[in-house]
This record gives sequence, C-alpha cells and structure tokens, in this order.
Amino acid sequence: MPTVIFQLPDGTERKVIAASGTVLMQAAVSGGVEGIVAECGGNASCATCHVYVDSAQAELVGPPNDVEDEMLDFTAAERRPTSRLSCQIHLSDALDGLVVHVPEEQV
Amino acid sequence: MTSTAGVVVVGGGQAAFSVVSTLRASGYDAPVTVFAAEPHLPYQRPPLSKAAHTEPDGLRVELVPESFYRERNIDLRLGDHVVALDTAAATVVSRTGARVPYAHLVLATGARNRPLPVPGAELDGVHALRSVDDALTIGRALTTARDVVVVGGGFIGLELARVALTRGARVTVVELADRLLSRAVSRELELPLRERHEHAGVRVLTGTGVRALEGPGRVERVVTDREVLPADLVVYGIGAIPRDDLAREAGLAVDDGVVVDEQLRSVTDSRISAVGDCARHPHPNVEGLVRLESVQNAIDQGTLVGRRIAGSPASYESLPWFWSDQGDLKLQIAGLRSPSDEVRLVPGDSPERLAGYAFRDGLLVAVETLNWPAEHLAARRLLERRTPILAGDLAGPTLGALARARRAAEVRA
Ligand SMILES: Cc1cc2nc3c(=O)[nH]c(=O)nc-3n(C[C@H](O)[C@H](O)[C@H](O)COP(=O)(O)OP(=O)(O)OC[C@H]3O[C@@H](n4cnc5c(N)ncnc54)[C@H](O)[C@@H]3O)c2cc1C
Ligand code: FES
Repeated sequence: MPTVIFQLPDGTERKVIAASGTVLMQAAVSGGVEGIVAECGGNASCATCHVYVDSAQAELVGPPNDVEDEMLDFTAAERRPTSRLSCQIHLSDALDGLVVHVPEEQV
Repeated sequence: MTSTAGVVVVGGGQAAFSVVSTLRASGYDAPVTVFAAEPHLPYQRPPLSKAAHTEPDGLRVELVPESFYRERNIDLRLGDHVVALDTAAATVVSRTGARVPYAHLVLATGARNRPLPVPGAELDGVHALRSVDDALTIGRALTTARDVVVVGGGFIGLELARVALTRGARVTVVELADRLLSRAVSRELELPLRERHEHAGVRVLTGTGVRALEGPGRVERVVTDREVLPADLVVYGIGAIPRDDLAREAGLAVDDGVVVDEQLRSVTDSRISAVGDCARHPHPNVEGLVRLESVQNAIDQGTLVGRRIAGSPASYESLPWFWSDQGDLKLQIAGLRSPSDEVRLVPGDSPERLAGYAFRDGLLVAVETLNWPAEHLAARRLLERRTPILAGDLAGPTLGALARARRAAEVRA
C-alpha cells in the first residue's frame, strides 16, 4: 500500500496511505485532502482533480492519456508540464512516496 | 440542553457534505450537527446508475470516511431524520426525539422519486433507483433478469438500460414523450444519441405510455399503449420530487422546492437556507426561479452557504453543468438551454464525438457534447467568464480552439 504526499497551496503537507488498486484522486478524497474536488467522482468528466506531479517523479508516473491530455488544457489553475488528473493516476507500490502539489483552484 | 446553537443541517447527501466541509474549511468553529436519514455515510449517487452493483463491498461511494467528520468535530447523526422544524424556537426535532437548537439551519433534503402511477407498480421485481440500497437490489436482480423494461427515457433510465445490456439482458426503454431526454437535451442531439443506443442493442419505444404491470406477485408483463412486453425486471425513472414537506409544514414558502433568494436563504426566514435538489432559486441565466438536480449544483450551493455562514456572503451564479455516462456515451452539458434556443450540431474530430451549440439571440448560451470532454470543459471556461461567443465565431473552429487562442492572448497581454 503506497504512501502519497499532498503538498497544499498553503505550504502544509498531508500524507495519505492509499488502499491498493485505487487511483490518486480516491486516496486524496479518502484522506480528506481539501483542494481535490473531484466533482465527477473519477470519470474524467470534470477536471477538478488536477495535480502537479513532483518533477523528480514525473517520469515514473508517466504522461497523461489522450483524453486527459486534452482536458488538461482547460483546468482552472494553469497547466504545467507535470499536470495530471489525479483520477487517471493508478497507484501501485511502485509509486510509494509519490509527492504531488495541489493547485490553488479547481473550479 | 444548553449547548450553544450552531449550524444544523438536515439531509446527509452531496449538498449537506458540501455545507459542512466548507464550514470547517472556512474556520467556522461553533457546533455543526448533521441529521442524515440514511444509515450510510454521505455518498455520491451518480455511480449508482452507471455500474451494476451486486456486492455491498463493491459499492464504495461514500464521499469521505467517518474520520473526516470526527476530526472536524462534525456531529453526524446517521439514521436519524428530522420530523419537524420549530422556527419560533429555532430548534429541529428528530424521529428519535432529539431537539437541537440552531443559529442557522440548512435544508439539504434532496428529492424522492416520482412514483409510477399505474396498477401493478407494487409487484416484486419493480424498482426505482435513488439510494445505495436500491442500487444493490437492482444489481442483484440483474444477475438473473432476462427481459428488462426501463420505464422513462431520462438520464437514469438510459444509464440503467446500458448497464442491463452489459449484463446480458434484453432491454426495452419505454418513454411517454415523443423523444428521449426531452427536458434535458436538444432534439438535435437526441437523434444521434438515440441511434447509438439502438445500435448498441437497446430497444427504444417513444410516444408510448405504460398502462399496467402484471404478474402473479412478481412482475411478468408490461402493458403499454402499443404492445405487451415480457419483463422479469422493471426499473422506472420518471423524475424526482423535491423533499420540501418539512419546510411547508413549518410555514416556509415552497413551490416545488424551498423558495430561496440569490444567497439561498428562505424568502420567509433568513435563518434558514436550502441547497441542492430541494431548493428553488434565482439564477442569472434564467428568468424566474429554477430547481436543478445535479452534483455541480449541490456542491456549489453547499459551498456558497457554508462560506456565507462563515462570514463571506455571495450570490449564486455558478454555471450549471451536468454529465451522464450511458454505456460508451459520455453526455455533458454546460449552461442552461431553453427550448426556443437555436441548436447547431457540429461533428467532432473523430466519429464518436459530437457537439451541439445552443444560441439565444445569436449568443452562445449552452453546449451539449457527446464523448468530447475537452470541448465541454472549453465551453465551461468560456461561458463561466461570460465571454460573448457569436454564432459566427463558431463557423469553423471548435470552442476548444477558441478557448486556447483566448488563453494565449491573455497570457501575452
Ligand atoms: C441514480 C442517480 C444518478 C445520478 N447521476 C448524476 C450524474 O451523473 N450527474 C449529476 O450531476 N447528477 C446526478 N444525479 C443527481 C445528483 O445525485 C443529485 O443532484 C445530488 O445528489 C443532490 O444532492 P442533495 O444533497 O441535494 O440530495 P441527496 O444527495 O439526495 O441527499 C439528500 C439526503 O437527505 C436525506 N434526508 C431527506 N430528508 C431528511 C430528513 N428529514 N432528515 C434527515 N435526512 C433527510 C435523504 O435521505 C438523502 O440522503 C444522480 C442522481 C441519482 C439518484
Ligand atoms: S474526478 Fe473528475 S476528472 Fe478526475
């Protein structure tokens, strides 16, 4: 079960132990991480689960899928090279220790 | 009881959760109590009609775990419902006899399903879908059902029809109106949508009323205006009715929903607010009052009221948006269309994608998309910023292209 770390816009940090087989968005929501709104519940419909993957780990996490890539052009906060929709990041032990940054706004 | 009065929320759904999480995130530190009639933690309803749930363990739809409420000192009373409001004493009374005083009261009681008004609706094998428990019942019934009749060609009906299809059943949708999704989607987009459902194997009967459900104890037949359909499972989704009875009994203004002002306060009693499916409210995009049934509306209204109580008042003007996943069709709607708007259907950049742009007096007011989330998001960004888009602007480029161009221009400026 990987541990993931959410860096919040106010500088604080939240560590969440993810259940295996879940996506990053679910880990954030279960961990009560404010700033991941996830209006559509993980259906790649809303873009309110936007995160910036820490640049050191971007390669490990990989690039967005095609639909996600298009959607990332319209997130509320600016798109950056490591932007991802957290509902499209599948967690595994390989991602233990993942650090992501939560943007200022989602909607 | 002499505890200080804080916020009491009636209802334990999406909107209630939004109110209480916002209150605490905004620094509100007086008591917060939530009465939630269902025995479950507040949960999301959209997944209930989009997948067949057969095992209780397979249904993880709660919004956040119980610890979320505990850590934030939110008194969540599951399985207890409010039976009366005493507005003179500013107190609510619950079924178990609890009396809790409030400084602010928020009604977030949602809606209930409109019952099916035909003989036989009480037979075994006939179900409506609103709660987790309903979803489990229907999910289990689908394990053996061969002939499924869905009454009502709205969002929930069409989502369920596609779920039943994937479970190997023969599926017929019976709709009284002359088309599917008649209230929600333009006629222009409905045509290709219907074609795709039929192509996938759903039989669609529009302009067809259901007269009776028949069978000895268990449903076996659906008698319609046109033909008799064999059925071992009937699911109906023919609309919802707001749960506004508490408000009505307490003497608050009610008109198919609790009537509230632009800050979502009851027009009768400013210490009471209503949010989500049960609220009828003004909105800058429409004349008169509207009542919306969507996750976006529940979240945004809950956030607005939470912030207002915590000290930052604002008017409700969020852009309405909605989605529905019907098998391989992702339908999304941004903005509020009215029946007189002119809709132009535009093909997307691949065969499964489509957009319908709705114009009112030549200005873009709403966008419907099929399997095109990026175009939907672009529409939301542009409509939210009230960027005027004229029919001529969309003669060639998509909204996505327009939005990218405008963003680039903003960055340069
Ligand atoms: C099957 C289904 C699928 C849906 N799919 C989508 C979708 O894809 N996209 C979308 O945007 N929207 C969808 N919706 C609509 C969306 O779920 C609702 O708009 C949203 O849940 C409204 O939130 P709410 O808090 O107002 O009401 P609810 O979530 O319905 O919550 C109200 C709660 O209040 C409780 N309650 C009522 N009276 C009392 C009382 N007196 N005391 C205590 N508790 C009480 C009820 O038991 C209920 O749990 C769907 C709805 C359903 C039923
Ligand atoms: S939760 Fe909606 S896109 Fe990720």
